[in-house]
Parts: sequence; C-alpha cells; structure tokens
Amino acid sequence: MEKENVIEMKGVCFGFGSAEVLSGITFSVDKGDFLGLIGPNGSGKTTLLKLILGLYPLKCGSIRLFGTDLSTFHEWSRIGYVPQKATNIDSIFPATVKEVVAMGLLSKKKFPKVINREDDEMIMKTLKTVGMDKLSNKRIGELSGGQQQRVFIARALISDPDILFLDEPTTGVDQKMQDSFYQLLGELNARGITIVLVSHDIGKITRYVTKIASLNRVLEFYGNHKDFCVYDPAHCHDEPDQHRLCLGRG
Amino acid sequence: MLEIFSYGFMQKAFITGIVIAVACSLLGVFLVLRRYALIGDGLAHISFGGVAAGMLFNFMPFASALFFTILGALGILKLKEKTLIHSDTAIAIISYSSLGAGIFIATAARGFNVDLLSYLFGSILAIQTSEVILSVALALIVIAVISLFYHDLFFLAFDEESAKTSGVKTGMLNSLLVVLTAITVVSSMKVAGLLLSSALIVLPAASALQYNASFKKTLVLSAVLSVSSVTAGLLVAYYFDYAVSGTIILINTGLFLISLLINRLRNGNAPRVA
Repeated sequence: MEKENVIEMKGVCFGFGSAEVLSGITFSVDKGDFLGLIGPNGSGKTTLLKLILGLYPLKCGSIRLFGTDLSTFHEWSRIGYVPQKATNIDSIFPATVKEVVAMGLLSKKKFPKVINREDDEMIMKTLKTVGMDKLSNKRIGELSGGQQQRVFIARALISDPDILFLDEPTTGVDQKMQDSFYQLLGELNARGITIVLVSHDIGKITRYVTKIASLNRVLEFYGNHKDFCVYDPAHCHDEPDQHRLCLGRG
Repeated sequence: MLEIFSYGFMQKAFITGIVIAVACSLLGVFLVLRRYALIGDGLAHISFGGVAAGMLFNFMPFASALFFTILGALGILKLKEKTLIHSDTAIAIISYSSLGAGIFIATAARGFNVDLLSYLFGSILAIQTSEVILSVALALIVIAVISLFYHDLFFLAFDEESAKTSGVKTGMLNSLLVVLTAITVVSSMKVAGLLLSSALIVLPAASALQYNASFKKTLVLSAVLSVSSVTAGLLVAYYFDYAVSGTIILINTGLFLISLLINRLRNGNAPRVA
C-alpha cells in the first residue's frame, strides 16, 4: 500500500536578503515517519522548519502539507509545534501549566473562543499523557527545562495533531530527562503520530528516528536509519532504542 | 465624608476614572509582557498633535486626537513592516513628528495654549459630560474587545510564532493591539493627561506581575490595583487639593514598590522585573 505524503518539498530555497540559506531542498515525509532533521549549527534546519510551518515566505520551490499547497493550507489543528525557545521562556510570564496547554486548543475553536469544562478535562488528560498532571497549577516559569518541554508537547498534542514538529527540544534539558523525553516521542510515534525532530545532536537522535535528513544548506543525505549508518558510520547508533524495540518499531 | 460623592463633577470623575483604569490595566498586562510598555508614550505624543489640530480647526479635540492616534498607530506598524526600521525607532519617528506638528500648530495659532495644557496634564475634575460619555464608551469598547480576543491575545503575548502555527491571525491581532492602545491613550488623556496616560497602562501591570499569579489572576490584580490608585488619587486630590493626575501616578508608583517588596519577602532575593 502506498504511504500517504504528509510533507512534500520540491526545489525549496530561501535566503535572508542576498545571503542564500537553503537551496534545492527536495524530499517528502510519509505518515508515521519519525524523521530526524540533522545538521551542524547554521545549516538551515530551523529555517527549513519555519518554511514548512509558513513562518517564513518561500523564495522558490513548493511545499505541500497533507496534499495542500502551503499558501492555501488552513488545517492548523493537524499540526503540533514545539519551538526551539520552548525551554528558554520568559520566567516572569504569568502563565500556569494549564493555561499554556489550553493555548493548543485554539486552532480548533471558532470565534469567540471559550475554554469550557470539557476542555479542562481534555487539558488534564493530555497533561497526564506527558506525566505533568500533578503540576497543572504551577507557573510554567517555575518548572525545570525537561518539565517545560513536556508541557509544550502537551500543548502541541491537545489538538490531536497528525504531525508533531520539534525544534531542538532537548536544549538545556539534563541527560536523564532527555532519555525519558525521547522515550515519550517514541511512544507517540508508535501511536501513529508523524514526528519531525530538528537537532544538531546527530549521534543522539539517530538512535530514535526511522528516517534521517541531513542538511547543510543543501540536502546532503536523506534515507532510513540503515542507509545513514553506511553514509555516516561515525554518527550512527547501531543499537536501536530498547523501548521502540518493545513497540515493534525498532 | 460621603459629601464628595454628592458633587456632579466628582461623580463624573469617579465613573470615568474607574472605567478607564480597568481598560488601561487590562491592556497594560498584554503590552508589558510583549515588551511594548512604551508604545503608549509614543501614541500619547501623536495624540498631542491630534488635539492641537482639532483646536486649530475648531473641531472636537477628542475626536481629532482619536483619529490621528489610530492613524499614527497603524502608521507605526506599516513603517516597521515595509522598511528595515525596528519597532522602537518607528514609534519614535511617528510620535516625535506628531509632537513637532503639535508644538508648531500650538505656537503658530496662539491663544489655545491653556486648553492644550489641560490635555497634557489631565483635568478629570473639569471633565464635560460629552467627554465622560466618549471616554467611558471607548474604554468599554477596549474592555469588550480584550474579553472577546482574550485567548488569542494571551497566546500572542506568550509565543507569537506558535500562535501563528495554531492558525491565530497574528497580523490582525498586532494591529488590533495598537489600535486598542491608541483608543486607551486618548480615552485616558483627561484622567492622567497625555504626559502620564502611559503610566496608567504600565504601572498597574508591572505591579500585578510581582505576585507570581496565573494570567487571569494577574489581569484581575492589575485592574484592582489600577482602580484603587484612581479612587485613592481622587480622594487625596479632593481633600488635600493636589493635582489629580500626579497623585494617581504617585500612588501607582507606591503600589509598585509595595508589590516589589512583597515579592522580595515571599521569594527571597530574586527580583522579578516587568
């Protein structure tokens, strides 16, 4: 059976002023993929992610999300996004964990947007999924980097998205929390959520992802984990993640 | 003690002051958190040009100020969008140009300098019924719009990028926020004066942020502190014959220092700056 294309990029290029950041990017992401978008700092990973999310205008090429051209795409509730600065939030911002997660519901709401009791229950249920339900009334600025990251994943998950984008999600998160965080992503992927994970930590994420796109202003490699190990054995983790083995996806 | 409320001019002052205090304080929380604390100050400069133009052409200064300030607010957004100028520079260019135009008109026309001063420093005790109606109506519009767009404005203040990927119309909301600020500045110019109207937007919000509360509670706290400062300011000014606008702002400064101290005592030495 042919896999459904979730993202399709053809000849994508972008630059700031006359400086070209990305050129000739062509690849696609299928439903159920766990794609690691890797590359050194300044390679254009975050820029590409922002192009896919419509945060930057395309200079050339085309991007389709769920078969719809980005310029006419409106189904934002199908998209979950955890931005790079998620663990670097303004510590004085007066938002509780519940209030932050409630933001994720807005893509499904019509004007005037109201958060009702059913939504509250949904918020608590989603927080439970990421193990943060007991801290629902805490202010987001009082949490550790790893806990904040889980809250932002809950915000991204609450609209029941088909695809989750994460931009350098483990920056500032300690090693132990990183492992449990990747384990959580593996679980979500096993439930059918397509994941695109941006990271410069090549060695670390190759252990968890099923496909890899290596970027350095151009697409240097695109393929599955096995092919990547042939392409770049130095950064390949041959041992598959134990948790995903249990889930039958290793 | 209650005789103060029997005077028509004091009733008008309390009604106008309290409604405007709520509008300023609610809007202020969004602006302070978005690092737009001084946009009110820039828009007040534009209002000055609008008031002077209104007086010159014998047209309602209030309406003229509203028209020019909304136009200037949208001009700031356009200037920032269409050029490589930063937002603070765009605010400075448009507000100082309007201020310059206002001073030019005031000196060229002569004769209405005294009236102009009442807009600069506020004159809530001399407010006319038509101005009360207009100020209160505008402030209520601001409160209603904030309530209707509360969740989107909250998301925008917290994380604009993520808000955009959730389908929130961030461009429209940014325009809405500056237009609301323009309306608030104009509606509060008789209470605090153009020179201090921005203080009514910034200070209660900055004080409320010291209490480590949720977003909703911060909004309520900001409104409570703002209404308290206006009420106390009017009472103090009435009984001790002080200038109302200056008294209100000084009470707000006092409330901010108290809030800062409470925060220090509750959280040790870690200060929370707004």
